[in-house]
Amino acid sequence: MDLLAQYVMNGVMLGLMYALVAIGFTLFFGVLNVIQFAHGDVLTAGAFAGLASYAVVVQAGVASPLPQLVTVALAATLSMAVLGAVLGRVLVLPLKAAPALNVLLATLMGGTALRESIRLFYPGGSQPQRFPTLLPTSSWSLGRFALRLDNLLMLAAGAVLVVALSLVLQRTRLGLAIRAVAQDEETARTMGIDFRRVVLLTFAIGSALAAFAGVMNGLYYAEVNFGSGLLLGVIGFSAAVLGGLGSFSGALLGGFLFAALQTVGAVALPFASAYKDVFAFGAVILLMTWKPTGLIGEQLSERV
Amino acid sequence: MRFAPARVRPALAAAAIAAPSVLALYAFLSAESGTRVSLVLAGSVLAVLAGWRSGLLARLVRTADERALVVALALAALGLIRAFHDDPFVLLLLSRALLVLVACLGLHVQLADAGVPNFAGAAFFGVGGYTAAVLGRGTLPHPAVLLASGAVAAAVGSLLLLPLLRTRGHYAALITIAFGLLFRTFFEVNESLGGPQGLKLGGFRVLGFDFNDDRQLLGVDYSGFAFYCLAALALTLLAVAFVRRLERSWLGVALDAVRLDETAAACFGISIGKWKIAAFTLGNALIGVAGGLSAMMVGFIAPNNFTFQESLVLVSILLLGGLGNLAGLAVASLIVVGLPEKLQTIQEYRYLLFSVLVVLVLVLRPAGLIRRAVRRPFGSVLP
Repeated sequence: MDLLAQYVMNGVMLGLMYALVAIGFTLFFGVLNVIQFAHGDVLTAGAFAGLASYAVVVQAGVASPLPQLVTVALAATLSMAVLGAVLGRVLVLPLKAAPALNVLLATLMGGTALRESIRLFYPGGSQPQRFPTLLPTSSWSLGRFALRLDNLLMLAAGAVLVVALSLVLQRTRLGLAIRAVAQDEETARTMGIDFRRVVLLTFAIGSALAAFAGVMNGLYYAEVNFGSGLLLGVIGFSAAVLGGLGSFSGALLGGFLFAALQTVGAVALPFASAYKDVFAFGAVILLMTWKPTGLIGEQLSERV
Repeated sequence: MRFAPARVRPALAAAAIAAPSVLALYAFLSAESGTRVSLVLAGSVLAVLAGWRSGLLARLVRTADERALVVALALAALGLIRAFHDDPFVLLLLSRALLVLVACLGLHVQLADAGVPNFAGAAFFGVGGYTAAVLGRGTLPHPAVLLASGAVAAAVGSLLLLPLLRTRGHYAALITIAFGLLFRTFFEVNESLGGPQGLKLGGFRVLGFDFNDDRQLLGVDYSGFAFYCLAALALTLLAVAFVRRLERSWLGVALDAVRLDETAAACFGISIGKWKIAAFTLGNALIGVAGGLSAMMVGFIAPNNFTFQESLVLVSILLLGGLGNLAGLAVASLIVVGLPEKLQTIQEYRYLLFSVLVVLVLVLRPAGLIRRAVRRPFGSVLP
């Protein structure tokens, strides 16, 4: 029972991270019909940006954790929002008319450049970096299961973020514009929507979410690695595909579903904890084979 | 070239392309200092640009006979092996470049001919290597081991056939990415094949002839790597001949159709799935054979050599060489493999450098570095 609670908690945390990444993929696909394969590395870059800002804040003599936390979160999300918009402007928009393979390669290579830059130029970036503990570490013990306050806080923050984003998409003019562009770019343009602005803002929002997930990942595992975004990116993408690319709730569902699957795999095959990542990637391949266009499914017919 | 009789013009043009290329390659390989290497590179780039702007290069490429060019380059490669007969460093570099070229030819069949993306090239290279490591210890003759490397790589690739046929574009790419990452993690945690430390291999042997031994031939001392270089050259020639035959036959036409427009191809009765399977399997077999020989040459294999980055490097070579361009592929393999070895300062930065280069090519020249040749209904292809 206690172990089960532990697994559920872990699964929910993972699910939230996956969902945050998947929402980014789904947003980008919605407005531009492209996959931004550098998204996972944007997540890593966000975590490292947070780490760097933490070092700066500590240097400046701020000792209490709350301002530190706020700085780390703001630095990570804002810098990645800018980076995401830049990536969209430089790598994706110019290639809009090119074959789909070109966007794929450009973002894949852009992500590699990002990952390699972190490895080469961040001090000690080739080694895993310790991520500071910024959240209160108190916990309530329920039987042998310890419910940790920091996990609860992260979950709450993530949930608030997801709800806020969904409100932005449903209730504001920007959200209306994003949905309009996603439905039909040309019509949206004729209605006076600034296409480029909307696309770049969408990239900024999605990348900020990834940065948040990156900081969460760092806080949860107390460690970040230059390659950790690669796994999260691949899983986030398949979660988005599983839920149906372009659908917000689908991405959410896909993220949690994937985490549930991984947790069940960990429970069912306890001897194979070393094969955790092998299992995750195998699941990606199997799921994509089983439902190539997602559980909800996009339109299959093709106009010639 | 007006003065030459029409019959020898193609051969002359081929020689006119091959000779300066080989001279540049010789200068590149024999340059010791970083400055020399940079000078040679800058000189070659300038020469190519000058040739391109004046239209001379285009004319030479148009007239040159493909077969004569391949023969000239192969002879020149033999000359290079003779010239660097006792320099294991250069010979190893050349052999590695040739084997990478063979692997890229496999990717070329998949991506440039059939349009099937494969971002797990290094993984299939590794499958070939591990097969050679396991089978090479047994009594199986080593040429058969190489064939087995290709067969096992193709068989492992067939696990991905169903996923690849059910998906397209980005989704298919993601599946190969996931497989590449899976392969590497699997070999790292699985202790039965050496784990992260990897496996040691004996050298390549044919009929008692051990390729690892240095030996004297016709009064010249050859380093063992000279023989690997010869084997790699033979493999490259076979692969090039195979790929060109494939492309110029009706099989190539079918692959082109599948790549360019699946719907239209299907309307003409071409089975998309069949051709994608054929291209993917053939490509993986080529990559696997190259991986097998490479592992035997280096004498060591570990999961760290087959990272996702290495797969991306293989795709970069394809793109930097100009998708669908075999000559460009050869040049790109040489530069991508050779440059980090020759300029040690960029060794650490090579992934960054190549990824930025590819991004630049994609953004600045979306049609590719070299425009792809158009198939002519009869005779050879147009430049």
